[in-house]
Amino acid sequence: MPRMVLSGNYAQSYAAKLARVHVIAAYPITPQTAIVEKLGEFVASGELSAQFIKVESEHSALQACISAAALGARTYTATSSQGLLLMHELLHWASGARAPVVMGVVNRAVAPPWSIFTDHTDTVAQRDTGWIQFYAESNQEVLDTTLMAFRLAEHPDVLLPAMVTEDAFYLSHTVEPVDVPTQDEVDEFLPRRDVRGLIRPGAGVRLGSFTMPDLYEEFRHKIARAMERSAEVFFEIEDDYHRLTGRHHGGPLPTYRVDDADAVLMTMGTATTTARSVVDALRTRGNRVGLAKLRAFRPFPVKEVRQLAATVDRIGVLDRSFTFGAAGAAFTEVAAALYPETHRPALKNFVAGLGGRDLTPKVLEGMFKALLKGDGPEVDWPDLKRRAEVVRHG
Amino acid sequence: MSPHGHDAHKATAYITEQDLPERPLATVPSDVIKTASWRTFLPVIHLEACTKCYVCWKFCPDVAIGIDEAGWPVVRLDYCKGCGICAEECKPRAIDMVKE
Repeated sequence: MPRMVLSGNYAQSYAAKLARVHVIAAYPITPQTAIVEKLGEFVASGELSAQFIKVESEHSALQACISAAALGARTYTATSSQGLLLMHELLHWASGARAPVVMGVVNRAVAPPWSIFTDHTDTVAQRDTGWIQFYAESNQEVLDTTLMAFRLAEHPDVLLPAMVTEDAFYLSHTVEPVDVPTQDEVDEFLPRRDVRGLIRPGAGVRLGSFTMPDLYEEFRHKIARAMERSAEVFFEIEDDYHRLTGRHHGGPLPTYRVDDADAVLMTMGTATTTARSVVDALRTRGNRVGLAKLRAFRPFPVKEVRQLAATVDRIGVLDRSFTFGAAGAAFTEVAAALYPETHRPALKNFVAGLGGRDLTPKVLEGMFKALLKGDGPEVDWPDLKRRAEVVRHG
Repeated sequence: MSPHGHDAHKATAYITEQDLPERPLATVPSDVIKTASWRTFLPVIHLEACTKCYVCWKFCPDVAIGIDEAGWPVVRLDYCKGCGICAEECKPRAIDMVKE
């Protein structure tokens, strides 16, 4: 298994190449562009035998993938921020048509004000579209999860589109050593998709056409059931991937030093790495704290959240987005999962790191301390610049 | 340095939520922020070959091609990131990309 030095973006490109995608359709947007540029190079050089469809917008990119997937093609696209928002209508079409499209998303803040930096608003805002969502912490995880996402999306018990996200610049433009499986290994893990698709040329069928009220709800319930099943199927797929590559990223909610923890912080994406070092630092000073990484946001790991909460009295949830409801999106899911439980830990929501603001060890340490003390508001924006905290220079 | 100076954007590090307007409305033009510090290749225009067609000006995705009083294109180094689109599009091949 060769080790390469790859950016998160190139980890996406290599995963799609190893998956032997048949069709790529994408539109460029910072910071996603390098993903499809590299795939374009692979196609141009003949290293990847695929149709690269150049389109005029993200809306068309996803439509091309949905149509190709209905014909049985393995399809890949990638986008970010405003591009993902432009896809919104087609995101629903993909899940409704049960098209197992895989998409790389570079998490970037939504305008205005304009920004190109890390923020989870773009993908969190798509949580209701029927897509599986994985949030990656490292470039290795980007590559591994993308390969697993193809298998999960195409599994006959699932047949749902899947997105694998990576934080803008922290992963997309930062290079790390990445173990890249060989083509033979990937071919064994992810055989070529059976190209006898749902739609065949000459067959008189229509996909997604008009449905009366006597049937529509049942189709929605089918998506709900498929999303539930995807949680179980993912365990099998990750075990298979582990057998093949020796790597296992710990399921939908991997935990760190939670066994005797008084307080656990739940994070998504790259903030997890910093939070892990803060856990270690606080532990050496006698604070029993732990960490849980919300790797899958859809399907939401209800069972795993409940298992974690059964042994912990204080849980903080860090949202790198805000959706203008009662609390942040991840917090709301955690709270909903835990409300029916008999042991309900105290919950706190931290909204921080928006628009690329660094989530520093100091900020994360403050979250753990607020959790341990139990003070501060239920929904806290701890890194907000407030006038009282400002030190003026000159 | 005045708020319109070249490091005006750095002052934002000391602005709090209370100092910001309710809507994200900028009150200075965007060209106060000079954005070319990461350029590697510099476009050099050979005026003897230039036909003043302004294709370079039209294709520049920034505001990095200006037109001087005599109508010649000039590279505005504070904004040019060295992408090379002007050199690629120039029909009389009057622009070379030179490593800085």
